[in-house]
Amino acid sequence: MIPTANPQPPFITLDSVTKRWSNGATVLDGLSLQAERGEFISLIGPSGCGKSTLLRLLAGLSGLSSGSVKLDGMLPESAREIMSFIFQDATLLPWRTVRSNVELGLELEGKTTESQRHKTSTELLQWVGLSDVADLHPRQLSGGMRMRVSIARALATRPKILLMDEPFGALDEMTRDFLNEEVLRLRENDQFTTFFVTHSVAEAVFLSTRILVLRAKPGQIAREIPVPFSYPRTAALRSAPEFLRLVGEVSAALRSVQVPSNPSNPGHP
Amino acid sequence: MKKFLIQAAWPLAVFVVVITAWHLCCRWLAIPAYVLPQPSAVVRVVIERHQTLWNAFCITALEAGGGYLLSILGGVVIALFFAQSPLIRRSFYPYTILLQTVPIVAIAPLILMWFGSGLRSVMLVAFVICLFPIIANTTQGLISVPRNLIDLFVMSNASRSRQLLKLRLPYALPHLFVGLRISAGISVIGAVTGELFASSNAVGEGGLGYSITYANSQLQTDYLFALVLTASLLGFLFFFTITALEWLCLRKWHESAMKTDAD
Ligand SMILES: Nc1ncnc2c1ncn2[C@@H]1O[C@H](COP(=O)(O)OP(=O)(O)OP(=O)(O)O)[C@@H](O)[C@H]1O
Ligand SMILES: [Mg+2]
Repeated sequence: MIPTANPQPPFITLDSVTKRWSNGATVLDGLSLQAERGEFISLIGPSGCGKSTLLRLLAGLSGLSSGSVKLDGMLPESAREIMSFIFQDATLLPWRTVRSNVELGLELEGKTTESQRHKTSTELLQWVGLSDVADLHPRQLSGGMRMRVSIARALATRPKILLMDEPFGALDEMTRDFLNEEVLRLRENDQFTTFFVTHSVAEAVFLSTRILVLRAKPGQIAREIPVPFSYPRTAALRSAPEFLRLVGEVSAALRSVQVPSNPSNPGHP
Repeated sequence: MKKFLIQAAWPLAVFVVVITAWHLCCRWLAIPAYVLPQPSAVVRVVIERHQTLWNAFCITALEAGGGYLLSILGGVVIALFFAQSPLIRRSFYPYTILLQTVPIVAIAPLILMWFGSGLRSVMLVAFVICLFPIIANTTQGLISVPRNLIDLFVMSNASRSRQLLKLRLPYALPHLFVGLRISAGISVIGAVTGELFASSNAVGEGGLGYSITYANSQLQTDYLFALVLTASLLGFLFFFTITALEWLCLRKWHESAMKTDAD
């Protein structure tokens, strides 16, 4: 027999993942998903459908009720070393300078010397265009700059997996577009696998290799939409007709999960 | 500098008005000196007895300062203990509130009875009265670290001690300073109160509190005024020192410090 199956298991596997809170509410119900190395997967769906919960499960910050999660063959807790989490707010330590915020992950890992860290942070700050403000404190930066520090900090440990929970949700559209392009540029360099939660359809289409539209109650994947555009992608893509068509398709999918599935008999479970 | 002068002008104006009113009251209403001495009489007694005043000042400063420093140490250690779990807080917090609600004049005689009427006991009174604001504020700071920041440290597999050193303690620092500022003034109240009770068996001239009882019993009201002013000066000094220290520690990054910058 000719071996047709992929000899390597997928990089990331979620197998019928279920999450129930202690109060009995089920937020994710039997969710399965696989991701290959280097994929950029966007999660989009109505508020409260469990996107943040899903990321926290992947990060091992919250436990599963049933099912399994494997990241590069490891359980989430063990895979932390190859993961970075970027939160919605920049979560910088206000008492540290921009530079030492970027170095935080490396410092906590404890595998590098101070001069190595300095070198890494210098490089990264240059990458995200913040060399000039390396010695300032977070409160002296704009929201967009803070987010870039947060991204630089996440990349400093050279993660293979990047989890981002609405990182640009609080920013204005121009800054957001700019940072989107920056993320793609950084991705060219590092080839991390990304899970990206967003409420912006255009952002999801612009960044992703694949978009997962989630539905609430129970939280499951309603639609899976591949994004065919090749990388590197430039700002010009945003006005291309194929791009706009795909944005329309994803928006329609999102609308279809947002209407209650059974409005005629709301009393039914 | 110009800004500083303008800011200082208003309190100074108030000072001048109050002193003038005080002086005029004494003159026109012919108030006896043992009820309300004239401002000039108070100034005279300060100059005449500056040596004894200075001695009393030093003794009380030592007692209040010692108790204050002890309460910082003790308060932070207790706050660290409280921050460990909600169960610990629930079990012990009511008793620390007791520290705050039982009047110091009720505790002071007990402490002096148990530990003798020396300088150390007075220090202990100041310690007890300073403790609660420091415990309460520091605990609050330690437990209010945002979830995301903790998750960030968890994602980096940071140990508990690292989390404490690099996250919780720096995060709690502005809160600690709130407690320190409240306790700075209170420490002097504690020391003076302690001395009031210690005075009966103390030998020779003690601190400000002791001298206050003495001046009061002798109807030396002008001296009493001088002592009260010295005590407030001491409290003010503590407060000023701690505020300066706070500014030094937090000015670079904390919002409250930023606001005074922009002023
Ligand atoms: N610790 C918790 N205990 C109980 N319920 C929780 C907890 N955290 C979240 N939930 C609930 O789980 C559901 C999913 O929350 P989650 O934060 O994952 O949603 P989300 O898709 O990220 O929403 P949003 O788009 O608004 O961020 C919500 O109904 C929320 O109320
Ligand atoms: Mg969310």
